[in-house]
Amino acid sequence: MVFFRKKKDMPDGLWVRCDGCKGVVYKKAIEERMSVCPECNYHFRISSKDRLKLLLDEDSFEEMWEGMIPADPLSFRDRVSYSERVISEQKKSGTKEAAITGRGKIDGKEVMIGITDHNFIMGSMGSVVGEKITRLAEKAAELKLPLIIISGSGGGARMQEGVFSLMQMAKTSAAIARFKEEGGLYISILTDPSLGGVMASFASLADITLAEPKALIGFAGPRVIQETIKRSLPKGFQTAEFLLEHGFLDRIVNRQDMKKELSRFIDYLQ
Amino acid sequence: MSEKSIIELENLIVEIEHRIEDLENASSKDSFDRSSEINCLKETKEKLQVKMCNQLTPYDIVKLARHPLRPLSSDYITLIVEDFIELHGDKRFGDDRAIICGLGRIGQEKVLIIGQQKGKSTKERIACNFGMPNPEGYRKALQKMELAEKFHLPIITLIDTPGANPDVGAEERGQAHAIAENIYKMFRLKTPIINIVIGEGGSGGALGIGIGDKFAILEYAYYSVISPEGCAAILWKNSENAPEAAQSLKLTAKDLLAFGIVDDVIPEPLVGAHKDPKLMANTLKKYIMKYLNELKAIPINTLIENRYNRYRSLGKYSEE
Ligand SMILES: [Zn+2]
Repeated sequence: MVFFRKKKDMPDGLWVRCDGCKGVVYKKAIEERMSVCPECNYHFRISSKDRLKLLLDEDSFEEMWEGMIPADPLSFRDRVSYSERVISEQKKSGTKEAAITGRGKIDGKEVMIGITDHNFIMGSMGSVVGEKITRLAEKAAELKLPLIIISGSGGGARMQEGVFSLMQMAKTSAAIARFKEEGGLYISILTDPSLGGVMASFASLADITLAEPKALIGFAGPRVIQETIKRSLPKGFQTAEFLLEHGFLDRIVNRQDMKKELSRFIDYLQ
Repeated sequence: MSEKSIIELENLIVEIEHRIEDLENASSKDSFDRSSEINCLKETKEKLQVKMCNQLTPYDIVKLARHPLRPLSSDYITLIVEDFIELHGDKRFGDDRAIICGLGRIGQEKVLIIGQQKGKSTKERIACNFGMPNPEGYRKALQKMELAEKFHLPIITLIDTPGANPDVGAEERGQAHAIAENIYKMFRLKTPIINIVIGEGGSGGALGIGIGDKFAILEYAYYSVISPEGCAAILWKNSENAPEAAQSLKLTAKDLLAFGIVDDVIPEPLVGAHKDPKLMANTLKKYIMKYLNELKAIPINTLIENRYNRYRSLGKYSEE
């Protein structure tokens, strides 16, 4: 649905170049700081599995609905078929789909938690992501637990699932609406990148909306906007800081502080 | 079928129409009977029209949905709605001309109409931003929908947008947030909602006024997660592959009916709504009246429950 920035995962090797400060940084120093640059606080993209490790109590995560895999309702074909693409993305990412969902604990407090991972077709929302997020919200309502969803989705919608993908925006929003109406606490965490259909649905509907520093967040992708307006984009456009300034975030939170903050919000609001 | 030959066919049809008109004018002046020639031309015209309709590719349909003469929300409001009172302004930022809202009567029914509007003249098109709404447009729509809920008026939304506006101002004012908020709130509005795609159903921009209890699409309208051009640019790395993308995306009314996404495909006059806007408006009105009668009979809590379940069931996946 949108164009993407170049990949920014941590490169292999002893030393890496930081995309934030352009400096060469010792890889181990970054890893020790949860993949954050010690020089400039740049937050590298991390996998959903690593993120769950950072946010949840040790060994507390129980994955749910992990057997869900995409169907190919359109028999979609571009230069490769969708089913071929799915298989290669599964191999590349080591996950079956772009969302991982389940329950876990934060400082001993039970939560329902979901995460979309940019490593699988840019974290785009197809039927599996939509269904998992929906079930997560429904389960959170049933168990009366806080709901935490971390978005890392540069793709927004999953084009290869056509209109079914679009309908996931509706379905997830409906489930969130019910959950919140029943008094549930929903915290949305926006990470780099959070764009398109995910942002125009569940990711924007939280009681508390947090973001990591400098994360790219928006509706349209920067390149689409640039092509529309035919001039370069303002500095800092569509960053977490830009959203905070325009009133669409509650807080920007450093990765190292995220777990602690979540715990505090749950104490206040749950 | 290439796009060019569809245009050639359409031009040929227009030529025949002019010829028929000339003959009829001549006959009315000199009373000379040309009916056999006229009938013959009419027959040829109809054959060509049927041929054209049968040959339409998905991308031809996208072109028809964008046809410069295609009736717009404002046309249907003029043709169907009596005593229309437009309501402007989102009471927060501005008045987005890409979405028209207002009270009116369709038959005996008092309703709120919300229509995405592209504009006719160049000046209008620019004012309407070519039918690409800004956040204030979605917020205006929501504000009026809440008004309709309070006073128990059913809501009719006419969808016709290439997509929500992708520009700097729209991002600054929270385009994603505005659309998300509308989707979310429309699920809980305690009044019947009917959504009809009359032209382009462009992704999240369409969905922002597109949640409801009945969903229909005109025969040559389309509804898609992304424009064929955008999809081609990403997956084929070339927007010229838009015809293939349109094929792959399964975005036509027929596809949507087969997928169970829409309740009805509303038939258009041969070769498209622009050929006979009045006939089109009448057909549209009949569907709206039918839906209003059906929905009025359903208790409001059941309606909201059904609305949830309708979208809850959409999605295709397998589970190991
Ligand atoms: Zn750095």
